[in-house]
Amino acid sequence: MTTQGTDAKPQNELLNTLLDNFKIWTKKLSHPGLWITIVGVFILGYLPIADQSPEAAFANATARESTFTILMSIVLVSSLNILLGYTGYVSFGHIVFYGLGGYVGLYTIIEHQWPLWKAMAAGGAAAGVLALVLGSAILRLRGAYFALATIGINEAMRAFVSNYDPFGGAVGLSIHFRVYRETYGSYQDAFLVMYKAMLGLAIAAVVLSYLVKSSKFGLGLMAIREDEDASDIMGVIPYRSKIIAYMLSAILPGMVGVVFFFKASTIEPAAAFKLHTSIEWLVMIMLGGFGTIMGPVLGAYGYQNLRTILLTSEFFKNIQLAVAGLMLLGIILFIPAGLIGWLRRHISFTRRVLT
Amino acid sequence: MDFFAFLIDGLLIGFVYGIAAMGLTLIWGVMNVINLSHGAIITLGMFGVYLAFAELGLHPYLGIVLVGMAGLLTGMVIYAVAIHRVINAPHLSTLLATFAVNMIIIGIGTAYFTTNARNVDFSLGSVKAGPVNIQVTRLVAAAFSVAVTGSLYFFLYRTKYGKYIRAVSNNREAAELMGIPSAFILALSFGLGTMLAGIAGGMIATFFPFTILSGGTYEVKSFVIGVLGGIGNPLGALIGGILLGIFEGVMPYFTETSWVPVFEFGLFVAILLFRPQGLLGAKK
Amino acid sequence: MMILQVKGVSKRFGGLQALSNVTVDVPPGQILGLIGPNGAGKTTLFNVINGVYKPEEGEVIFKGKNVVGKKPYRLAHMGLSRTHQIVRPLKDLTVRENVMVGACFGSQNLSLGKAARIADEVLEFVRLRERANQLAGSLNVGQKKRLEMARSLAARPNLLLLDEVLAGLNPTEIAQMVEIVKEIRTRNTTIIMIEHVMHAVMKVSDQMLVLDFGKPIAYGTPSEIANNPKVIEAYLGDSSLADQFNAELAAKSAATAE
Repeated sequence: MTTQGTDAKPQNELLNTLLDNFKIWTKKLSHPGLWITIVGVFILGYLPIADQSPEAAFANATARESTFTILMSIVLVSSLNILLGYTGYVSFGHIVFYGLGGYVGLYTIIEHQWPLWKAMAAGGAAAGVLALVLGSAILRLRGAYFALATIGINEAMRAFVSNYDPFGGAVGLSIHFRVYRETYGSYQDAFLVMYKAMLGLAIAAVVLSYLVKSSKFGLGLMAIREDEDASDIMGVIPYRSKIIAYMLSAILPGMVGVVFFFKASTIEPAAAFKLHTSIEWLVMIMLGGFGTIMGPVLGAYGYQNLRTILLTSEFFKNIQLAVAGLMLLGIILFIPAGLIGWLRRHISFTRRVLT
Repeated sequence: MDFFAFLIDGLLIGFVYGIAAMGLTLIWGVMNVINLSHGAIITLGMFGVYLAFAELGLHPYLGIVLVGMAGLLTGMVIYAVAIHRVINAPHLSTLLATFAVNMIIIGIGTAYFTTNARNVDFSLGSVKAGPVNIQVTRLVAAAFSVAVTGSLYFFLYRTKYGKYIRAVSNNREAAELMGIPSAFILALSFGLGTMLAGIAGGMIATFFPFTILSGGTYEVKSFVIGVLGGIGNPLGALIGGILLGIFEGVMPYFTETSWVPVFEFGLFVAILLFRPQGLLGAKK
Repeated sequence: MMILQVKGVSKRFGGLQALSNVTVDVPPGQILGLIGPNGAGKTTLFNVINGVYKPEEGEVIFKGKNVVGKKPYRLAHMGLSRTHQIVRPLKDLTVRENVMVGACFGSQNLSLGKAARIADEVLEFVRLRERANQLAGSLNVGQKKRLEMARSLAARPNLLLLDEVLAGLNPTEIAQMVEIVKEIRTRNTTIIMIEHVMHAVMKVSDQMLVLDFGKPIAYGTPSEIANNPKVIEAYLGDSSLADQFNAELAAKSAATAE
């Protein structure tokens, strides 16, 4: 209906297409929000390891620990946001991917002496495959039923792994400290490698969530979030899109699981599939703003720092959980769009910068 | 003989599971809210009875009645503070609001009670039925559960407010147009759900030792039972509870105890997938 | 060749026979008006045509293919678009993004860049261009109806199903919308429209199909339908609509007499 004239000049059409794509990609990649986030995450991660001397390693040990946790949360939460924020499906049991990844990774490291990167790839792949299989089944469910199914699956997985002998059953798996020494020289050196891997994953998570959001596929996901049936009628293929989104949101958490449990040197079912932790991820997303790129990053940073402050304060130490709960309630009731969402909605110029 | 002991044990605990699940599915059915503070409230019920017994020296069953009344009020307050504002928002909001309540309760509870195990040190002995010994506390709890279910049905079907609850559950907008004060009715429903959870917790406290974190287990069981019996169907919840109780009781006879949750949650997911209306069908 | 053939379609909901043995052919480029009292099964017929419901009996042939059992998105890819009686904007997306969804995932399968261009053209066409960056949830009813229209047009459909696009609009908005519909027809898009605003649907339709209790009771040109006693009787069952119908008929005959 709007093609009049263009059919006659196909070469023009081609040029237009190329031009359009070029414009779209330049616009996409020049979004200040993307670069602010990437640079921010990089600086956050780089500062504690800027000085790599052994003395600095000692002096910055606490900073490295806490930053490692924040970076880890950024990956987990940004990934979960692809499913929760873009697609609108609430996964309570998302930790199942992290736990499975951790197990698969540690298993390959212990049994097959795989290097970390290879174990990470295995963990990510395992999580992706699990998401594909699970998603094919449970993504037929809508709303609360899906959310409950994710809880059921995580609990079933935990119970299963507790009985699964190759994964050490209820005791779990442990890495001998020799592994760190033989491969990396010392545990400190190994930790530096893990730290850098986590920083890389954090940046990858930001880039992935940005690319998904600014793509046609992402537009389809958001259409599903707003009205799944209407989007189906407009030609979005909900079932397939949801499965892909689920896989995309599972792979990086699977890799994070490998790095985290490699660092911990041990994994057991209760730690790998802890439902409570999984729900904390949702809190971080809500804190920063769901469906945005910066929101999960800020949410992870804010939540983990807050936790540290509460845990180290004499007064709040004991009621840390209650204070966090109170804050969460305040956000849900009064700023449901989260920090970034609120800013974008109320201060119009921020829409150009924040994403 | 062993088998029957397991069976009866499971069956009787199943009644209590049923009451806990009834609290969850009542709220779910009426207001379409999945109450993630359910487990924390069950814990409150346990500690309520514990305090009444250990600190005030009251009989545990009197404690359960008091816990029930306190639960009704607590639930209405929780609704007013944490849920009313987001009752029409997407699922995520109510899920997280109730989870926040859970964090607050568990947080304060942990600070006050620590995570040490408590125990309501009380027994009514046991009776011998053929080859099996049955704890009297369990028999009382099962009878009490039946009474509670009966009262709930009486309330829902024979009283004005009960009818209002069913009307709101059927169609909130239409009920509002008919002049039913839906905010109050929703608060009342949440209060009832909380009351049931508290009572269930109180009864559990008369069987087993518990900690501040014990409620979580029963919350997840309540989900399983809820989808088993059908959402918003109180009798379905009771039957679902009994089925789960029997299942848990009998399974260790056939397989190692550690495998039970695998089947339990596997079944849960399977029911969600193949029969989301529950084995017994959802009813309002 | 017909673009759409509905052959003996029946659809039941429990005890309710929503459609019984509905048959109609729609040649390309035509506007078919679909009328009937409330609950006559008009929207159900749309839902059967675009794959939301699967009929118990009958065939729906779209562009020569039986599409019964095909999912709605498949039909969208084949060039079918629709609007909803109760508008369904994607509230937290902007107006432009809403229309881009239509363009991206419809029959043309466009890239984002192209879709954005089409979206702006279509928004211009339905006079929503200046609201492109607003969130769709913030539009008023009339604007939401036009957005719904823009979204389905952006898919460049061969067949467009319009479900009461005029309902709830004021007279000025109705006139605007009728112009839009006529304009679409000149671009060779076939349209089936469900409508209660009788003078408008009579003005734009080439042929009309009347449903009553799920059964087709009349088919013909607007003037044939207007004089069909069965149709008048069907509407008389529904007194308010009968009044409206008669009043509109009077207005229409007065207008044609001039």
